Amino acid sequence: MPGISGIAYKNLRRKRLRSVLTVFGIALSTWVLVSLFGFNKGYEASLNKDIDNLGFQVLLTAKGCPYEAATLMLQGGKGLRYMPEGIVDSLKTNPEVDELTPMLMQTVFDVNKGEEGGVVGYLGIDPQTYPKMKTYLKFNQGNWFTQNDAMEAVMGYEAAELEQREVGDMILIPEKEIEVKIVGVLKRSGTQDDGTIFLPYKTVQQIFGLPGQLTSVGIKVNKSVDITAYEEELYKIPDVQVVSMAQVKNTISNLVSTARVMVMSIAIIAILIAMVGVINTILMSVLERYQEIGIMKSMGATTAHIFRLIWFETIMLCFAGGVIGSAMSAVLGKVTDSVIRYILPYAPTGSLVRIDLALVVRAIGIIVAIGLFSGIYPALRAARIRPIEAIRSADGEF
Amino acid sequence: MDNMIIQSKDLSKIYLRGAEKIVAVDSVSIDIKEGEFVSFIGPSGSGKTSLLHLLGCLDNPDQGELIVDVFSIMKDGKSLSEKKLTPIRRDLFGYIFQKFYLIPTLTVKENILLPYAFMPRNGERQSAEAIAEKLGLAHRLTHLPKELSGGEMQRVAIARALINKPKILLADEPTGNLDSKRSDEIAGILSDLNKEDQITIILVTHNPVLAAKAGRIIELEDGRIRD
Repeated sequence: MPGISGIAYKNLRRKRLRSVLTVFGIALSTWVLVSLFGFNKGYEASLNKDIDNLGFQVLLTAKGCPYEAATLMLQGGKGLRYMPEGIVDSLKTNPEVDELTPMLMQTVFDVNKGEEGGVVGYLGIDPQTYPKMKTYLKFNQGNWFTQNDAMEAVMGYEAAELEQREVGDMILIPEKEIEVKIVGVLKRSGTQDDGTIFLPYKTVQQIFGLPGQLTSVGIKVNKSVDITAYEEELYKIPDVQVVSMAQVKNTISNLVSTARVMVMSIAIIAILIAMVGVINTILMSVLERYQEIGIMKSMGATTAHIFRLIWFETIMLCFAGGVIGSAMSAVLGKVTDSVIRYILPYAPTGSLVRIDLALVVRAIGIIVAIGLFSGIYPALRAARIRPIEAIRSADGEF
Repeated sequence: MDNMIIQSKDLSKIYLRGAEKIVAVDSVSIDIKEGEFVSFIGPSGSGKTSLLHLLGCLDNPDQGELIVDVFSIMKDGKSLSEKKLTPIRRDLFGYIFQKFYLIPTLTVKENILLPYAFMPRNGERQSAEAIAEKLGLAHRLTHLPKELSGGEMQRVAIARALINKPKILLADEPTGNLDSKRSDEIAGILSDLNKEDQITIILVTHNPVLAAKAGRIIELEDGRIRD
């Protein structure tokens, strides 16, 4: 015996193309919705991971643009300002400091990079302190520099892959026409370090003519220290800027908020379009079955029966669309990741879109709830059909 | 009067077509006994279908009184609400229409059992197979309506109308879409249902052969019973 849900299911198969197109519309909305939820989750997690991987909680830079400082902290930057190296010694005396590492970032234009040339960055580090903060950095080949001022370089995994370099190769620093020897190639770490070329900071000072200059100092504070209070202390040092982990998060969150609003708007529009699609499909189906519904009422179908019948159809369309859309978002996660990465001003490493079961269930729940809401009007229209009106509309007589 | 299943007194139905008033059923008083086979005949527009709809509780009268079984459908100018009419239609009536109104996506068996989807769970049920056997549809149970002939489709509609064991079977031009051979077949089925199962049958038809199967033929003209 067919139940009301069985009748609803079979009815959806009556106009297959229309049902498929409606499901597809809902699936696209679900895809956007799941990706949006996944992005909200994934972006924050990746950003936190990137910041944790920095190894230090506070970055001291020469005073300048806060956005530049945040970018410098995470992936290097241009328009650099300098501070004296002597600051490292004075910071060492602070009891709050557990460890610190000086850095000197430099960029040059390499005409041979890509088709139209490009900027190459070199991060000068202290081989004694930097590796201690970045304990996750492991070597594929070789090791860190032999001396603090050696003409040597260590390449991140992707930097080495891109330039097809290995230990023993010489690389030319453009503009300076100086060669340095590669002494190490790192394993993939999934962080910004993968694309970095490391040199001893003393060597960078020498090559770029910046004796006694640094661009930043990474500070790892003792666990018991109140970071906010210590930041206030650091602000007392003239001509420096303090960038904390929390600030970086806020700064980057501000940068991506516009993109987030844009994606949210797209999601809302997609959902509205899907809702209109569902209403249209179900309403068309109701009007086409005007007589059938009237005959069902003559057989004893109550208003509630007909309402349920139409609502079941809506739920089935939305559930199918929700499941397919969720599957699409999982399968096409990398594509979504790439698109978002292209749109955003700054994207952390790792997966930007993280989809899990709870998120999928939540998205399907929202889509089904929206579908139920969309189904109210068609269901009410159907439930109000009187048998005599339906029969008379078919007979055209009385 | 004890075994009257339908009693109507001065039953009227008026339609408005624009500003024009059309009296489709005009003060019809009729009593139908339980187990009776009644045919309504008359020209198109004589009001026979409208009267059938009123007696079958598909439409509300505008005037008069109507009692079906033990239910006062229309009394003192008030008719029962749609909510109260629904179970009466479900439990007392079976309807057969000229256009069959089978659900195209359901099989023959599912179409026959369709009224059960709207019955309370504890209601008495009979098997589709038994009715299908009786109506010569046993080999068609898994087929879709589009795979059936017109006569078979009407037999499915009859089976569907009978599945809830109605006391009254209303048939509106049941042979209107069928050739003479199939019409005779349907006429025979209705006659047998009346004789063997004592189902009250009220029939509207233009077909004189079918009308002749009834024990009583009532002719209508301009919404009134012709003397």
